[in-house]
Amino acid sequence: MAATKHLTAEQMAKNQKEISVSEFFAKNRHLLGFDNKQKALLTTIKEAVDNSLDACEEAGIAPDLLIEIHQVEEDRFRVVIEDNGPGIVKEQIQNIFGKLLYGSKFHSRRQSRGQQGIGISAALLYAQMTTGKGAKIISKTKRGKPQSLTLQMDSARNKPMITKEAVLKEWHLKHGTRFEVELEATYKRGLRSVDDYIKQTAVSNPHATLRYLTPDDEEPRIYERAVKVVPDRPAEIKPHPYGVELGELIRMLRETNSRWLVGFLQEEFCRVGRKKALEIIKEAGLGEKSYPTRIAREEADALYRSIQKTKISAPPTTCLSPIGEKRITEGLMKETDADFYAVATRPPSVYRGNPFQIEVGIAWAKPGGDQLEVDKRGRIKKTKKRRGTVDTENLLGNADEPVRLLRFANRVPLLSQQSGCGFTRAVTQTSWKSYGLQQPKGSMPLGSAVILVHMASVWVPFTSEAKEAIAPYDEILKEVKRALQDAGRKLGAHIRKDKRVANEFEKRSYIEKYLPHVGIGLQEILGITDEAREEIVETLGDSLETARNI
Amino acid sequence: MAAKKKITKKTVKKKSVSKKPRTRKVGEDESNKGKGLKQVALDSIVAVAKMVQKTATGGGLPEMVMPQRNLSNVTYDKKTGYFELGDNYKTRKLDVNSVKTFAQTLRLMSLAQDMVGDADFATKREAYYVSKNWGEAKFNEQRESDSVLDDIEGMFSLKGVTRETLRFVPEEHGGSVVGALTVIDKDPETGDPIRSDCAAMGSGAYTVPSSVDHLGFETTAEFIIAIETGGMFQRLNHHRYWRTANCILVEMGGVPTRATRRFVRRLSEGLKLPVYAFVDCDPYGMCNIYRTLKVGSGASAHINAKFCVPNASYMGVTPQDILDFGLEDATHPLLPVDIKRAKDALKNDPFFQAYPAWKKTLKQMLKMGVRAEQQAFAKWGLNFVIEEYLPVKIKNAKKFLP
Repeated sequence: MAATKHLTAEQMAKNQKEISVSEFFAKNRHLLGFDNKQKALLTTIKEAVDNSLDACEEAGIAPDLLIEIHQVEEDRFRVVIEDNGPGIVKEQIQNIFGKLLYGSKFHSRRQSRGQQGIGISAALLYAQMTTGKGAKIISKTKRGKPQSLTLQMDSARNKPMITKEAVLKEWHLKHGTRFEVELEATYKRGLRSVDDYIKQTAVSNPHATLRYLTPDDEEPRIYERAVKVVPDRPAEIKPHPYGVELGELIRMLRETNSRWLVGFLQEEFCRVGRKKALEIIKEAGLGEKSYPTRIAREEADALYRSIQKTKISAPPTTCLSPIGEKRITEGLMKETDADFYAVATRPPSVYRGNPFQIEVGIAWAKPGGDQLEVDKRGRIKKTKKRRGTVDTENLLGNADEPVRLLRFANRVPLLSQQSGCGFTRAVTQTSWKSYGLQQPKGSMPLGSAVILVHMASVWVPFTSEAKEAIAPYDEILKEVKRALQDAGRKLGAHIRKDKRVANEFEKRSYIEKYLPHVGIGLQEILGITDEAREEIVETLGDSLETARNI
Repeated sequence: MAAKKKITKKTVKKKSVSKKPRTRKVGEDESNKGKGLKQVALDSIVAVAKMVQKTATGGGLPEMVMPQRNLSNVTYDKKTGYFELGDNYKTRKLDVNSVKTFAQTLRLMSLAQDMVGDADFATKREAYYVSKNWGEAKFNEQRESDSVLDDIEGMFSLKGVTRETLRFVPEEHGGSVVGALTVIDKDPETGDPIRSDCAAMGSGAYTVPSSVDHLGFETTAEFIIAIETGGMFQRLNHHRYWRTANCILVEMGGVPTRATRRFVRRLSEGLKLPVYAFVDCDPYGMCNIYRTLKVGSGASAHINAKFCVPNASYMGVTPQDILDFGLEDATHPLLPVDIKRAKDALKNDPFFQAYPAWKKTLKQMLKMGVRAEQQAFAKWGLNFVIEEYLPVKIKNAKKFLP
């Protein structure tokens, strides 16, 4: 007992101080997706690309992105992400890149890739911690001049520090932003690699052109856009009462400009009119003219419970921007060399007051390779397959391997933690046998196929800040399963037809094999000429083919 | 025992002495004479081929029609005396599933055409091997070629053409024959007659050839016994029972082959001899061996007209024999398969349904629950069957089961 001495409150106070973000970050890297060197590279690029795509879309610009990875030393890489977005005004550059938890998206109920305002500044902090160097940012708005800034973060105070700044005379883009950073990292290919992320991003963003230079290549790989139209900018909505937790409700009550409770409810939430507001207030036993700030202190709990009890209609779903069936198909066709594509879109739905919408796409390649096609006359022809898009093997596996699942949230590919993801659970809980795929019990189905699941939502329920897996809310699971079933049925119908045609082809090959022997038999018995024999065989062949319509 | 022997010999002798053996003769079957059936066969083959040719050239898909061959497509009429083919037909239309069989059918018909023309023959096994030269259209198993042969025969049976006419013969030979019978065959090379005396076969026997329509017969015998087992046949032959009883013995060896059936039929019809079946007292002996001998079978319904012996009767062993000759303790219990066979016969077989006596017999056997083999008489001494059973039974031949 002698070794440990009990402390007094005063003694404790000496050790109690603010924790710097850098310290917090160093201890909690994994929460933000920087668990190891390989993932650090991916997360850095992912955060920058997400921001670039968000910015382009908000400005209605068809995104042109350049992503470069240069190897500096064995485990040190320089990463460049450049976009043709609207650019960032000079004053905001330092805050966006150099300050954690700073951003435009956290408080907004608008569908976007980024949510928390952590990502890109965390990337900068990681780079700074591992290499001692800051990030170089060049940004130009349409009207402004190209600004070049070198940024570091004062991690103790969570404040940006500009170490170098200049106005460039000229820049090759009319508008856009370039983010360049050096970090300790490892570059690898394969699953969950940057390559994988870029390819999947190309699938879910068919309106974007991505140029991607790996350390192994001389020339960038180009993922050309398949559609020119930029998705509409999603509308912003107010929170739905069901989606707000008690703490959030208290914060809203404290910060509101409304003077009366009835006004607060109508102003701050969607789907609450005067009548609904009064209903909630009555149920909570409060007065319509109560002060929100007072309620925040004393009666928020009653208000919260009353909200849960009151029937409130679902939030509007106009705020969602799904990828769209056509674009999913185009995205899949662009990046997979499959034989069949099926897509399904669910109508928007709601979990905990948050509107969301599920889309599913399936790309399926026939095992074997040769294609059978039925022509207008009903004959079946064998055509050689035109395989050979770059990198195809990344997305389509072999027929006896599990189907590749591509998970997307607001168009962002989710690469890690597949097994912990609600989407995965929905796929394994769907019975794929009835759709023509084999499926070991409780596992992913098997087949040379890709299943794409996309969730569009104003607020995606990730299981962690690293944004790698979707929380398995019942409402979400249900919607994903339904979408999988819709697309699955289409796939099943196709596979069945495919099998029918293959079967038919095999049968028809009998004709070629055996019909000549009918001719020989006739010739032997009747003593007809070779020409007559061949004519009979040919006529019979035609009659047989046309007799079998598919 | 000695006394018994004497009595038996006496009675038999008495009979044979009192009645001077009369020689009956019959020549080759009418159908075998001249061009006859051969020509019908050749014409039928060409007709089928022409039909195929015509339909094909007209842009249609040819089809072959053949009777269905099973027990549900036969009828039995006591007057006709055999299972007659019903009106159910199966049609083999040329399509992707049937194209191989269709081709094989034509090619086997072509083979038959050659063999009828050259007076050659092919065993079913040989026919199967001939197909090995057909490339892709070859048969993979003899079962397949046998089935196509049956189809061809079925198709032509409507015109009275049999597989034998088409010169396809079974691999296995027919049964054995001994007794007061001379078979007049032809030398295949010279055409000279060859006489085989079935009483001069020593300890061996005359073997029924696979095709019998060209044979002629001479006999002094008064009846024929068709015997199920080789063992019983040997015993009767060894003791020259055929001589003492003045009869012909035919060994069937289980269900008689079609050649044996045809052979016995020609003897019984041409020489006007009654045929007594002597088989085991069990459902197989009655419902398969005897029934097929007498009225043919469902599967060969298309050829029954020629390949069965309608005036055969069932001498034994009957369930009543078990009681009359004290064989109760020489029986075996009926197996489940026996019981099923007997019940099926009562329920589905038109032959047994036509005769109350048979229904009674089958029911009696089922009730007794036992079966008895021909050899069971050995319980009373090896030659009890010759000295007691057969003489006693044959005296009352009129009472034999139909």
